Formats: sequence, structure tokens, C-alpha cells
Amino acid sequence: MAARPMIEISGLTKQYGEKTAVDHLNLTIYQGEIFGLLGPNGAGKTTTTLMLTGLTEPTEGTAFIDGRDCIRSPLEVKRIVGYMPDNVGFYPDLTGRENLRFTAALNGLGKQETEERIGRLLARTGLTEAGDQKVGTYSRGMRQRLGVADVLMKDPSVIIMDEPTLGIDPEGMRQLIALIRDLAKTEGRTILISSHQLYQVQQICDRVGLFVGGHLTACGTIEELAEQTREDNRYLTEIRVAGGGDALTRLLRDVPGVLSVGRENHLFMVGSHSDITDALVDTIRANGYSLISLRPRGGDLDEIYRRYFEKAGHDYDKDNNRKRKAFWNRS
Amino acid sequence: MTKTTTENAKHSGTGAERSASRKNIGLWTLFHKEMSDHIRSRRFLLILALVVITGFSSLYGALENISSVAADGGDFIFLKLFTTSGSAIPSFASFIALLGPFVGLALGFDAINSEQNSGTLNRLLSQPIYRDSVINGKFLAGSAIIFIMIFVMGGMVSAIGLLAIGIPPSPEEVGRILVFLFFTSVYICFWLALSILFSVLCRHAATSALSVIACWLFFTIFLSLLASIIAAAMYPLDGYLALFNMMDYYSCELFINRLSPYYLYGEAVSTILNPGVRSIGIVTTSQLEGAIAGYLPFGQSLLLVWPHLVAMCAMTLAAFVISYLRFMRREIRAS
Repeated sequence: MAARPMIEISGLTKQYGEKTAVDHLNLTIYQGEIFGLLGPNGAGKTTTTLMLTGLTEPTEGTAFIDGRDCIRSPLEVKRIVGYMPDNVGFYPDLTGRENLRFTAALNGLGKQETEERIGRLLARTGLTEAGDQKVGTYSRGMRQRLGVADVLMKDPSVIIMDEPTLGIDPEGMRQLIALIRDLAKTEGRTILISSHQLYQVQQICDRVGLFVGGHLTACGTIEELAEQTREDNRYLTEIRVAGGGDALTRLLRDVPGVLSVGRENHLFMVGSHSDITDALVDTIRANGYSLISLRPRGGDLDEIYRRYFEKAGHDYDKDNNRKRKAFWNRS
Repeated sequence: MTKTTTENAKHSGTGAERSASRKNIGLWTLFHKEMSDHIRSRRFLLILALVVITGFSSLYGALENISSVAADGGDFIFLKLFTTSGSAIPSFASFIALLGPFVGLALGFDAINSEQNSGTLNRLLSQPIYRDSVINGKFLAGSAIIFIMIFVMGGMVSAIGLLAIGIPPSPEEVGRILVFLFFTSVYICFWLALSILFSVLCRHAATSALSVIACWLFFTIFLSLLASIIAAAMYPLDGYLALFNMMDYYSCELFINRLSPYYLYGEAVSTILNPGVRSIGIVTTSQLEGAIAGYLPFGQSLLLVWPHLVAMCAMTLAAFVISYLRFMRREIRAS
């Protein structure tokens, strides 16, 4: 993507007393990009987003959004940045429409523009009918969608979302993801998503950054990250075959390039030095088995994530272990 | 470095004109929202009803007794509407002194912490407004509500009183009533500032409400007890010591009592509404010798209570400034 950089962070550090929440973060995000900031709870994701929106002062370092200094002129930045905090809150006694109207007034929008924009955004987030109900009656997913509408009220060129997919049902998630993609790809907005939900991030993000203990341990597209982790690892292919047994295990072991074959009922795990998918498929088909599924392992974020943790594990102290485990259980 | 300094630095820099108008937009938008929130909120209506009911019952009590009071001393009958107590009901002024703090409490005790707990604070602060607009807007809106409410109440009580007793107030009486209402508003604003302070300091609305109630109890009941205990410990009045210590004892007690806004307000209001009060300090018999009983002119009454007004404004400002600083310096964390 050869677009111009929208978010430029260099050497950004935040210390809370002894604890360093964010440690010399360097990151550049380009226009129209969806960037996923991934990491366990307490890795410093939220602190980073707060520093970008000028809600928290960094200890050192600089951050610029579209050439505006996030630390020295937060007001300029807030004018073009929409921030959706995790667990976004609204005034429960006001209707959705009134809440949006209040946001519009804070942004100094005119009356006519406000009403027009509210109508459009409520339609876009599927809240047209619920717009005149009090927010106190909204479900979590509706509040989240109202949060998106609220962020879009100021027509921001950069959107920062903190855990946007938390607590939404699968259908709501699908709609939200479609909406986010549309915002970035059709309208050219830059979107920074911080999350610990790997699958959603994998679905929408152009690039991801893995954030552990205040450090950005890896950054790039999912393919790049997969490639990086693969260098010192073998290819692993997961094959599901109808009616396969020990005979098939022996057959697969004879395929050139195969290092190991593991079997668990009808699921075979084949390890190899290089990509030998074709050879494997040929062997299975030639011997009259019917292939149900074949999946290269290691290409998804789950796997990448685990490998990066293994790598970073050495310079990572012990009390973070618990946190990491908690994170695993969740993902 | 706090955000105030950086934002103010920006404010004076380029585009100052545009930011200035922007700032007003943020502040006034919040002001309007807070006003409409207060007026619509059930809590405010409840406290308003309470104040109105007590106001009218004390007026009723005053009207019952006013003819006997008027028979005793002929002047300033209209002012007596506010200071005369019925057989079982305290006067309007003392009722307000007691209940005023609750109005301030109801308007401010969850100003900041409820925003933070419901997650609206960081959404609000991510809008292009100055951070201090939030707390300024809340304080201004609360004060405006208080002023409107108190002046309307005073107007209603005067109007009904006028209908009932049929004696129009003199210009001096009108002036005294207006000053009384102004004092009342400032007094309640102090409690508003105090409850906003606790709403910044405490995370839960219940804690901050209880803290304000604790302060209220302390200032209205315990401080006067404490004052006499401390004064007695410092200047004992046993036996012949009383001869030497009497003066110091009373001035010490008075000094401690005057730390309480409740006492200050009571003293100021009784001076304003009762022209017969000629001094609020300690007066010796020798000083009174040869004095001619008479009323104090309006201007002189004002001079007597001027320090009280300054002290109440200072207390209000001090409470507000502490909450302002704490609010500006606090870390805005999600939830």
C-alpha cells in the first residue's frame, strides 16, 4: 500500500510508576489501512490508544496523526479522530438519537447537517427503528452499533476502536466487520483496532502488530508473519480423510519430503520441510480414499501468536505467565 | 505536565480565534445538556418538591404568628415572613439553612463518577472539547439551577406573603430579601462544589453522597459542640479563671464556629433579615452603655456580612479548584 502515512508513532513510552505500560513503540499506519493491535490484557493496547487520542500524556516519545501532534495539540487530533472506547457508554436516559445529537453539538455541527447525518448513520448501523428508544433499553450489540454511529458523527479520517467486537453475537459481528471494511476500503478511512480476539482481527485487518508487555514484538501482514514464523519451523498439514486407517499412515509416510505423520481417528497431521500439498493429495486420491479437508497449519493468527510468544518467552518474566495463560483460554 | 497547560498553550497559539469559539461550543453544549438533565431528573424534582413543601409550611407557620410579632415591634413586617417561626415549624431562613445542602448534594454528588462508571466520560473527552469544559459546565449548570430555584422560591414566598398580609414591602426590604436570596444561592453553591469535589475523589456515587452528608452533619451539628469543647480546653472557665478567660473563650468558640458555612450563613442571614441585629461579634455591657436602640441601615448590615460572603465564596472556590485540579490531572482509564 503506497498511501501516505496517517498515524506515525515513534519512541512512545508510558510509565505508571515503576511499571512500563508501553515501551518505546514505533509504528506507522497508512491511509485506508485496517491495522490490528493484538495482545493479551494488560499489554498496553488501551494505553496506546489513549495516548493517540490525547487522553493520557506519554512519558516520552511522539505521536502524530495526519501530521498533527497528539500530545501538543490534542484538540486538533480529536477533531479528525473518532475513538470508540471498549465498553462504550451512553446516557441511558436519552434516546439513541439524542445521544448522537449531543455528540454532534460537541463537534459544532449545524442543525440541518446533524439531523441528516444522524438519519444516515442510524440507517447504516441498522438502528433507525431503535433510534427513538432510550439507550437504557438497548442490548449490548445495539450499544456497540450506536458507538460506531457516534464515532462516525464527526466524519473522522482516523478511527480508533478498542475491543469493538467484544460481546457481540456472530451475526452482529459479521455486520460490524462488513461495516468496518466498508469504512476503510470505500471511504478511505484509516482504522486502528485493538483487540485480543484473534479470529475477528484476522478477518478484517490488513496488517497486525503483536503487542506483548509494552513491546511490539512483530508487525506485518498475516502472510508475512506466517512466513517469519515458518523459517525455523516445519510445514504442518492437517488432513481429514473418510475411512483412513493405519494403512494410510504408512502410505503418507512414504510420500517424498514427509518427516512425520500423526493420526487421531480420521485426522492426520503431516510434517514436512516444504510445501507438499499436491503430493499428499495425489497419494490419497490414488489410493482410493476420499479427502474431506486439507488445511495447512501455521498460517492462522492463533499459531503465529503462539510462536511469537514462545520466542518472546525468554525475556519475559514469570509473573506474566499467568496472564498469558488466561489469554490462551480466551482465544 | 498537565493537559491544561498544553491545551492552553495551543489555545494561545495559531487559530486562537477559532479555538475560542470552539471552546464555547463545548462548554455551552455541556451546560445545556446538564441543565436539561437536571430539570428532567426525578431526583431534582423530588428535592425541589421537598424544598417547596417546607418553604410553604414555614410560610404558613409565619403567617400564623405574624400578627402577634407585628404587634410587638411595628417595623419590617415583610422581612418577618422569612424569619418568624410558627408554633411547631421553623422559619423559612432556618429551613433553607438546613435543607440547602441537600439541594447541592442532589445536583452534584455523582457529577463526575457516574460519567466515569457508565463509560461516557472517555467518549465525551475524545470529542474536540477542552477537558475542563466538562467540570466547568457541570458546575455552571448546577449553580444556574440553584440561583433560578432560590430566586423563584423567594419570589413565590414573597408573593403569597404579600397576598396574605397585604402590607407591601419597602424598597429596603426588597433589597434585603434579594441579598438574602443571593446569600442562600452562594451557600448552596458551596455544597454543590463540595459534592462535585467528592464526586471527583470517590469512585462510587454512594460513597461521595455519604461523604457529603458526613460533612453536612459535621458542619451543622458537631462543629458547634467541638467548638465549645476546644474553647473550654484552651480557656478554662472554672472558678476565678473565668474572670480572665471569658473573653478569649467566647472569641475562640466564635472563631471555630465560623469555620462552618452553616454557621456563617445563619449569622449572615439573621443580620440581613433582621435590621435589629447591630453586631455579630462579642459585645460587652460597657460597650452597650448609652446605646440607643434602633435599626441598622441597609448599607451597614451589608458591611457586617460582607466578610461572610467573601468567606463563603472562598470556600466554594477552594472546593471547586481542588476538584478541578484533581479532575484535570487524573488518568482517564477505560472503566
